[in-house]
Amino acid sequence: MTLFNILFYAIAALIVVSTGLAVTRRNLVHAVIYLIISFFGSAFLFYLFGAPFLAALMVIVYAGAIMILFLFIIMMLRVETPEEQLFPARQMWPAVAVAAGYLVVGALLAAHDPSAGALLSPAQTEPAVFGAYVFRKTWLAVEVTSLLLLVALIGALFIGKRPIHESEE
Amino acid sequence: MAGIPFGHVLALSGILVALGVACATARRNLIMILLGVEIMLNGAAIAFAAAALRWQQLEGQAFVLFIIAIAAAEVSVGLALIVHLYHRTGSLDPEKFNTLK
Repeated sequence: MTLFNILFYAIAALIVVSTGLAVTRRNLVHAVIYLIISFFGSAFLFYLFGAPFLAALMVIVYAGAIMILFLFIIMMLRVETPEEQLFPARQMWPAVAVAAGYLVVGALLAAHDPSAGALLSPAQTEPAVFGAYVFRKTWLAVEVTSLLLLVALIGALFIGKRPIHESEE
Repeated sequence: MAGIPFGHVLALSGILVALGVACATARRNLIMILLGVEIMLNGAAIAFAAAALRWQQLEGQAFVLFIIAIAAAEVSVGLALIVHLYHRTGSLDPEKFNTLK
Protein backbone atom coordinates (compact mmCIF):
# COMPACT_ATOMS: atom_id res chain seq x y z
CA MET A 1 0.00 0.00 0.00
CA THR A 2 1.52 3.25 -1.08
CA LEU A 3 0.33 6.72 -0.17
CA PHE A 4 -1.38 6.94 -3.59
CA ASN A 5 -3.54 3.88 -2.80
CA ILE A 6 -4.37 4.98 0.75
CA LEU A 7 -5.43 8.44 -0.44
CA PHE A 8 -7.57 6.98 -3.22
CA TYR A 9 -9.48 4.57 -0.96
CA ALA A 10 -9.98 7.19 1.77
CA ILE A 11 -11.32 9.73 -0.75
CA ALA A 12 -13.51 7.10 -2.43
CA ALA A 13 -15.07 6.18 0.92
CA LEU A 14 -15.64 9.88 1.69
CA ILE A 15 -17.33 10.42 -1.69
CA VAL A 16 -19.62 7.40 -1.41
CA VAL A 17 -20.62 8.12 2.20
CA SER A 18 -21.31 11.83 1.65
CA THR A 19 -23.26 11.16 -1.56
CA GLY A 20 -25.32 8.48 0.17
CA LEU A 21 -26.08 10.89 3.01
CA ALA A 22 -27.02 13.59 0.49
CA VAL A 23 -29.44 11.29 -1.34
CA THR A 24 -31.30 10.35 1.84
CA ARG A 25 -31.55 13.79 3.50
CA ARG A 26 -35.01 15.24 4.01
CA ASN A 27 -33.69 18.78 4.40
CA LEU A 28 -32.59 20.09 0.99
CA VAL A 29 -29.93 22.42 2.43
CA HIS A 30 -28.26 19.51 4.22
CA ALA A 31 -28.35 17.47 1.00
CA VAL A 32 -26.59 20.25 -0.91
CA ILE A 33 -23.93 20.66 1.80
CA TYR A 34 -23.19 16.91 1.77
CA LEU A 35 -22.97 17.02 -2.03
CA ILE A 36 -20.47 19.90 -1.81
CA ILE A 37 -18.27 17.65 0.36
CA SER A 38 -18.64 14.90 -2.25
CA PHE A 39 -17.60 17.27 -5.06
CA PHE A 40 -14.56 18.42 -3.08
CA GLY A 41 -13.64 14.74 -2.83
CA SER A 42 -14.02 14.37 -6.60
CA ALA A 43 -11.79 17.40 -7.12
CA PHE A 44 -9.12 15.77 -4.96
CA LEU A 45 -9.55 12.56 -6.97
CA PHE A 46 -8.93 14.50 -10.20
CA TYR A 47 -5.78 15.92 -8.66
CA LEU A 48 -4.72 12.38 -7.74
CA PHE A 49 -5.36 11.29 -11.35
CA GLY A 50 -2.94 13.94 -12.60
CA ALA A 51 -5.41 16.64 -13.71
CA PRO A 52 -4.79 19.69 -11.48
CA PHE A 53 -6.61 22.02 -13.88
CA LEU A 54 -9.75 19.87 -13.76
CA ALA A 55 -9.49 19.73 -9.97
CA ALA A 56 -9.48 23.53 -9.80
CA LEU A 57 -12.35 23.69 -12.28
CA MET A 58 -14.33 21.17 -10.22
CA VAL A 59 -13.98 23.31 -7.09
CA ILE A 60 -14.75 26.57 -8.90
CA VAL A 61 -17.58 25.48 -11.18
CA TYR A 62 -19.21 22.49 -9.45
CA ALA A 63 -18.76 23.13 -5.74
CA GLY A 64 -18.49 26.90 -6.07
CA ALA A 65 -21.06 27.87 -8.67
CA ILE A 66 -23.53 25.08 -9.35
CA MET A 67 -24.13 24.06 -5.74
CA ILE A 68 -24.39 27.68 -4.58
CA LEU A 69 -26.99 28.18 -7.32
CA PHE A 70 -28.92 25.27 -5.82
CA LEU A 71 -28.63 26.84 -2.35
CA PHE A 72 -29.89 30.18 -3.71
CA ILE A 73 -32.93 28.55 -5.30
CA ILE A 74 -33.71 26.44 -2.20
CA MET A 75 -33.49 29.48 0.08
CA MET A 76 -35.39 31.69 -2.38
CA LEU A 77 -38.32 29.31 -2.80
CA ARG A 78 -38.34 28.42 0.93
CA VAL A 79 -39.89 25.03 0.24
CA GLU A 80 -41.05 23.24 3.33
CA THR A 81 -41.56 19.58 2.53
CA PRO A 82 -41.88 17.81 5.88
CA GLU A 83 -44.74 15.78 4.44
CA GLU A 84 -42.54 14.45 1.67
CA GLN A 85 -42.34 10.71 2.19
CA LEU A 86 -38.77 9.66 1.57
CA PHE A 87 -38.71 6.87 -1.01
CA PRO A 88 -42.44 6.10 -1.33
CA ALA A 89 -43.19 2.45 -2.07
CA ARG A 90 -44.73 3.20 -5.46
CA GLN A 91 -41.48 4.80 -6.66
CA MET A 92 -39.25 2.50 -4.67
CA TRP A 93 -39.52 -0.55 -6.87
CA PRO A 94 -38.63 1.18 -10.18
CA ALA A 95 -35.62 2.73 -8.45
CA VAL A 96 -34.54 -0.60 -6.99
CA ALA A 97 -35.15 -2.38 -10.31
CA VAL A 98 -33.11 0.15 -12.30
CA ALA A 99 -30.27 0.28 -9.77
CA ALA A 100 -30.12 -3.53 -9.32
CA GLY A 101 -30.20 -4.23 -13.06
CA TYR A 102 -27.54 -1.62 -13.57
CA LEU A 103 -25.35 -3.12 -10.84
CA VAL A 104 -25.71 -6.65 -12.30
CA VAL A 105 -24.76 -5.46 -15.80
CA GLY A 106 -21.89 -3.40 -14.39
CA ALA A 107 -20.55 -6.31 -12.31
CA LEU A 108 -20.71 -8.65 -15.33
CA LEU A 109 -18.92 -6.09 -17.51
CA ALA A 110 -16.27 -5.46 -14.86
CA ALA A 111 -15.69 -9.20 -14.36
CA HIS A 112 -15.12 -9.76 -18.09
CA ASP A 113 -13.13 -6.60 -18.78
CA PRO A 114 -9.52 -7.58 -19.55
CA SER A 115 -8.22 -4.10 -18.70
CA ALA A 116 -9.98 -3.87 -15.31
CA GLY A 117 -6.94 -5.18 -13.49
CA ALA A 118 -4.58 -2.65 -15.04
CA LEU A 119 -2.82 -0.59 -12.40
CA LEU A 120 -2.96 3.17 -12.47
CA SER A 121 0.29 4.84 -11.53
CA PRO A 122 0.67 8.53 -10.68
CA ALA A 123 1.19 10.93 -13.58
CA GLN A 124 0.76 14.65 -14.03
CA THR A 125 -0.58 16.76 -16.88
CA GLU A 126 0.61 20.33 -17.00
CA PRO A 127 -2.34 22.75 -17.35
CA ALA A 128 -0.53 24.46 -20.25
CA VAL A 129 -0.22 21.13 -22.12
CA PHE A 130 -3.87 20.36 -21.45
CA GLY A 131 -4.98 23.82 -22.63
CA ALA A 132 -2.96 23.53 -25.82
CA TYR A 133 -4.45 20.09 -26.45
CA VAL A 134 -8.03 21.30 -25.90
CA PHE A 135 -7.69 24.30 -28.19
CA ARG A 136 -5.74 22.47 -30.92
CA LYS A 137 -7.51 19.12 -31.14
CA THR A 138 -11.02 19.77 -29.84
CA TRP A 139 -11.57 23.39 -30.88
CA LEU A 140 -14.85 22.54 -32.61
CA ALA A 141 -16.28 21.04 -29.41
CA VAL A 142 -15.16 24.15 -27.51
CA GLU A 143 -17.05 26.34 -29.98
CA VAL A 144 -20.17 24.17 -29.80
CA THR A 145 -20.01 24.23 -25.97
CA SER A 146 -19.72 28.00 -25.91
CA LEU A 147 -22.75 28.23 -28.20
CA LEU A 148 -24.61 25.85 -25.89
CA LEU A 149 -23.77 28.01 -22.88
CA LEU A 150 -25.09 31.08 -24.73
CA VAL A 151 -28.31 29.24 -25.61
CA ALA A 152 -28.65 28.12 -21.97
CA LEU A 153 -28.14 31.70 -20.78
CA ILE A 154 -30.82 33.07 -23.11
CA GLY A 155 -33.16 30.18 -22.31
CA ALA A 156 -32.76 30.65 -18.55
CA LEU A 157 -33.40 34.39 -18.90
CA PHE A 158 -36.50 33.76 -21.01
CA ILE A 159 -37.93 31.07 -18.73
CA GLY A 160 -37.08 32.89 -15.52
CA LYS A 161 -38.81 36.09 -16.61
CA ARG A 162 -42.20 36.55 -14.92
CA PRO A 163 -44.92 36.28 -17.58
CA ILE A 164 -46.47 39.72 -18.11
CA HIS A 165 -49.85 38.60 -19.42
CA GLU A 166 -50.47 36.46 -16.33
CA SER A 167 -50.46 39.44 -13.97
CA GLU A 168 -52.83 41.38 -16.24
CA GLU A 169 -55.50 38.71 -16.08
CA MET B 1 5.36 0.65 -8.12
CA ALA B 2 1.93 -0.40 -7.01
CA GLY B 3 -1.12 1.50 -8.21
CA ILE B 4 -4.88 1.52 -8.10
CA PRO B 5 -6.64 -1.18 -10.14
CA PHE B 6 -8.65 0.47 -12.90
CA GLY B 7 -11.68 -1.68 -11.97
CA HIS B 8 -11.86 -0.11 -8.51
CA VAL B 9 -12.19 3.37 -10.02
CA LEU B 10 -14.89 2.09 -12.37
CA ALA B 11 -16.67 0.54 -9.36
CA LEU B 12 -16.58 3.90 -7.56
CA SER B 13 -18.05 5.74 -10.56
CA GLY B 14 -20.62 2.96 -11.00
CA ILE B 15 -21.74 3.32 -7.38
CA LEU B 16 -22.06 7.08 -7.86
CA VAL B 17 -24.19 6.64 -11.00
CA ALA B 18 -26.41 4.08 -9.21
CA LEU B 19 -26.90 6.51 -6.30
CA GLY B 20 -27.79 9.25 -8.81
CA VAL B 21 -30.32 7.00 -10.56
CA ALA B 22 -31.90 6.06 -7.23
CA CYS B 23 -32.06 9.74 -6.22
CA ALA B 24 -33.60 10.84 -9.53
CA THR B 25 -36.24 8.10 -9.62
CA ALA B 26 -37.22 7.71 -5.96
CA ARG B 27 -37.30 11.25 -4.56
CA ARG B 28 -40.43 13.32 -5.01
CA ASN B 29 -38.84 16.72 -5.25
CA LEU B 30 -37.74 18.48 -8.44
CA ILE B 31 -34.56 19.85 -6.84
CA MET B 32 -33.52 16.39 -5.65
CA ILE B 33 -34.11 15.01 -9.16
CA LEU B 34 -31.76 17.63 -10.59
CA LEU B 35 -29.21 16.81 -7.86
CA GLY B 36 -29.43 13.15 -8.89
CA VAL B 37 -28.53 14.10 -12.45
CA GLU B 38 -25.54 16.03 -11.09
CA ILE B 39 -24.37 12.97 -9.13
CA MET B 40 -24.60 10.84 -12.29
CA LEU B 41 -22.56 13.37 -14.31
CA ASN B 42 -19.95 13.45 -11.54
CA GLY B 43 -19.61 9.66 -11.60
CA ALA B 44 -19.13 9.70 -15.38
CA ALA B 45 -16.49 12.44 -15.05
CA ILE B 46 -14.49 10.33 -12.57
CA ALA B 47 -14.57 7.37 -14.99
CA PHE B 48 -13.32 9.59 -17.85
CA ALA B 49 -10.50 11.08 -15.76
CA ALA B 50 -9.36 7.59 -14.69
CA ALA B 51 -9.47 6.36 -18.30
CA ALA B 52 -7.31 9.33 -19.33
CA LEU B 53 -4.72 8.18 -16.79
CA ARG B 54 -5.11 4.51 -17.73
CA TRP B 55 -4.35 5.03 -21.45
CA GLN B 56 -2.20 8.15 -21.01
CA GLN B 57 -4.40 10.09 -23.45
CA LEU B 58 -5.74 13.60 -22.95
CA GLU B 59 -9.12 12.91 -24.59
CA GLY B 60 -10.59 11.77 -21.29
CA GLN B 61 -9.61 14.97 -19.51
CA ALA B 62 -10.99 17.06 -22.39
CA PHE B 63 -14.26 15.15 -22.05
CA VAL B 64 -14.41 15.98 -18.32
CA LEU B 65 -14.07 19.65 -19.25
CA PHE B 66 -17.10 19.39 -21.55
CA ILE B 67 -19.06 17.42 -18.94
CA ILE B 68 -18.53 20.27 -16.45
CA ALA B 69 -19.60 22.89 -19.01
CA ILE B 70 -22.73 20.94 -20.00
CA ALA B 71 -23.62 20.36 -16.33
CA ALA B 72 -23.48 24.13 -15.78
CA ALA B 73 -25.76 24.78 -18.77
CA GLU B 74 -28.19 22.04 -17.71
CA VAL B 75 -28.39 23.30 -14.13
CA SER B 76 -29.05 26.91 -15.15
CA VAL B 77 -31.93 25.96 -17.46
CA GLY B 78 -33.26 23.34 -15.03
CA LEU B 79 -33.32 25.69 -12.07
CA ALA B 80 -34.99 28.42 -14.16
CA LEU B 81 -37.68 25.88 -15.11
CA ILE B 82 -38.12 24.87 -11.46
CA VAL B 83 -38.57 28.50 -10.37
CA HIS B 84 -41.06 29.04 -13.20
CA LEU B 85 -43.05 25.92 -12.24
CA TYR B 86 -42.98 26.91 -8.56
CA HIS B 87 -44.48 30.29 -9.40
CA ARG B 88 -47.20 28.58 -11.46
CA THR B 89 -48.27 25.87 -9.01
CA GLY B 90 -46.66 26.74 -5.66
CA SER B 91 -45.23 23.25 -5.29
CA LEU B 92 -42.15 21.23 -6.18
CA ASP B 93 -43.92 17.87 -6.30
CA PRO B 94 -43.52 16.32 -9.78
CA GLU B 95 -46.93 14.71 -9.36
CA LYS B 96 -48.56 18.16 -9.61
CA PHE B 97 -47.28 18.85 -13.12
CA ASN B 98 -49.61 16.62 -15.09
CA THR B 99 -51.42 19.19 -17.22
CA LEU B 100 -50.21 20.57 -20.53
CA LYS B 101 -51.77 23.98 -20.06
